Amino acid sequence: MMAIKKDGMARPEYDLRLYVAGQTPRSVQAFANLTKICEEHLAGRYRIEVIDLLVHPQLAKGDQILAIPTLVRTLPEPIRKIIGDLSNKERVLVGLDVRSTE
Amino acid sequence: MTYLQRSVNMKLKRISSQSMERTLPKCPTGIAGFDEITLGGLPRGRPSLICGGAGCGKTLFGIEFLARGAQDFGEPGVCISFEETSDDLAQNAISLGFDLKALERANRLFIDYIHIDKSEIAETGEYDLEGLFIRIGSAIDSIGAKRVLLDTPEALFGGLNDEGVLRSELRRLFRWLKDKGVTAVITGEKGEGTLTRHGIEEYVSDCVVLLDHRLQSGVVTRRMRVLKYRGSMHGTNEYPFLIGQKGISVLPVTSLGLNHKISDERISSGIPGLDEMLEGQGYYRGSSILVSGTAGTGKSSMSAHLVNAACARGEACLYFSFEESPDQILRNMRSIGIDLARWIKKGLLHIHSTRPTAYGLELHLVEMHNLLEQHKPKVVVVDPLSSLMSGAGENPGDLTNMVLRVIDRLKQLGTTAFFTSLTSGGHAAEATELNISSLVDTWLLLRDLESDGERNRVLYVLKSRGMAHSNQLREFLMTKNGVELREAYLGPAGLLTGSARVAQEARERDNELMLKRESEDRRLALNRKLRAAEAQILALEAEREAAQLELKTAAIENENRRTSALTQRADMARSRKVNSSPKAPRPQIPEAGV
Repeated sequence: MMAIKKDGMARPEYDLRLYVAGQTPRSVQAFANLTKICEEHLAGRYRIEVIDLLVHPQLAKGDQILAIPTLVRTLPEPIRKIIGDLSNKERVLVGLDVRSTE
Repeated sequence: MTYLQRSVNMKLKRISSQSMERTLPKCPTGIAGFDEITLGGLPRGRPSLICGGAGCGKTLFGIEFLARGAQDFGEPGVCISFEETSDDLAQNAISLGFDLKALERANRLFIDYIHIDKSEIAETGEYDLEGLFIRIGSAIDSIGAKRVLLDTPEALFGGLNDEGVLRSELRRLFRWLKDKGVTAVITGEKGEGTLTRHGIEEYVSDCVVLLDHRLQSGVVTRRMRVLKYRGSMHGTNEYPFLIGQKGISVLPVTSLGLNHKISDERISSGIPGLDEMLEGQGYYRGSSILVSGTAGTGKSSMSAHLVNAACARGEACLYFSFEESPDQILRNMRSIGIDLARWIKKGLLHIHSTRPTAYGLELHLVEMHNLLEQHKPKVVVVDPLSSLMSGAGENPGDLTNMVLRVIDRLKQLGTTAFFTSLTSGGHAAEATELNISSLVDTWLLLRDLESDGERNRVLYVLKSRGMAHSNQLREFLMTKNGVELREAYLGPAGLLTGSARVAQEARERDNELMLKRESEDRRLALNRKLRAAEAQILALEAEREAAQLELKTAAIENENRRTSALTQRADMARSRKVNSSPKAPRPQIPEAGV
């Protein structure tokens, strides 16, 4: 499992899980896009957990994962899901319901 | 038609056993009847599509496929449900007699509920459905599944926006399932003009089964058709099917075939006169008997007689009535001297009354099966079969199939079946509307004969397999002591019944009387003659005696006369001294004699 914790915060404001299936170009792309967006808009307030379903297939059931890649926002409530390679920044922000820091 | 169907099916089966198994392995579903029409089941290791409208039984088909596989064929199954939670599915399956939870605990079944809520999903950029593949894959691997049910992947279209991705992913999914070697059932809701709402039939092209439930004259009948089966022969007809307590069963079940055990035992019809017509012994046990006739010819009364006789032997009976309530039957049968109420009290007789239109044919059939299971009767009466016609709607073939199935079932159980059928006036009596006459063993016909301003019932045995039955028409009388059969009289103008018969009987009685009187007269006359002759004999005898006496007297007189003449002559000669010789003796007078 690739688990990346940013800023070592005990209780991040944004708790994100990215589900992937192996190191496919699309997964790598999604992860890159996500970190970029988070760094720009949520610096210091987020945590990203990457779950590889090829390694832990049983975890797919819990978050009802079908599409790959899927980003799940577990915090703040309610749960939101964004599927796709997260290439459209605006839509990711809307999907994560991130208010601009500016 | 049924026979044709059956023989075609048999032929197909024969072909299948020769060649099909080599070319295409099949996966038996365990669904009663379905494996027969597909000659073995679904194509093994390939996906099949089960489609149909809402509520037609797609999911149940899939669940039964999995449950039977897990229970009966040792093939664990995975159910991927997109619509119902596993608890709901388990609940629904209980009504079919499958305990999914127990199968899950035994690791023979894995149910995964996939839920997609469009409101909590946003899409940005490219994605695929690898997650779904991984879930199905891990489920299959976790229990070594051989069967998969996807119910229904079309729900994905409601949750995800990118149809292009979905289609290509579904295509990939079905191919992937094939590669995995699992036999998959995919359900799909019927769309307008297409088999499924989103046209997934184009990706699942090996086997397509169409389920349907149709409203005909207010009654629902379920039907099934194998639309396509690549690489295999299959029954192409539309088959009615039913969903009962033991799952789906497709009619007709040809597997039951014609190899029932039969009995040589005979049972009384309850009517002595009728038994007499059937070699004096009645029906065969386990045979099926049809009584057809127009309204009011006494069909129900004949049923009551059979039931009464069976109950008196201590056998359980089941009476399906589609026209009368139990109380009405009891009252009416009391009026002809048959007390059925006591058998009900004893628990031997069960009367089951329903309106034929209460539900569809399939449910009637289900209920019959259940009651047969419950009561295990020796004699079953269906009165009348013909009123179920309304359930068959425009397709009387359905009813024929149903009856065939009922008969098959009863024959298997060795139960004697008694059906009544109402024929409407205009039809030829021999042509029942049901086309079931060829299915029954004994066929009795009740007819009304109209003559001399009255209607009379006559009965005859149209056929009775395996016995030398009477070919006579008998008059059928309903008396206070039940049904009685009378000899029918043949007069110069044909068959005589009713008053004409009574008149004929009276005439014959008169004739007889007259004959009797005549012969008595004759006897007397002869006697008289005899006596006269005897008298004559006596008179002659007397005459003879008299004559004899006379004869005797005459002889004596004759002799006397001669003796006296001689004496006189001698006396005269002596006196004239003609002969001086004193030596001349005096003649002796002979003794008087005969």
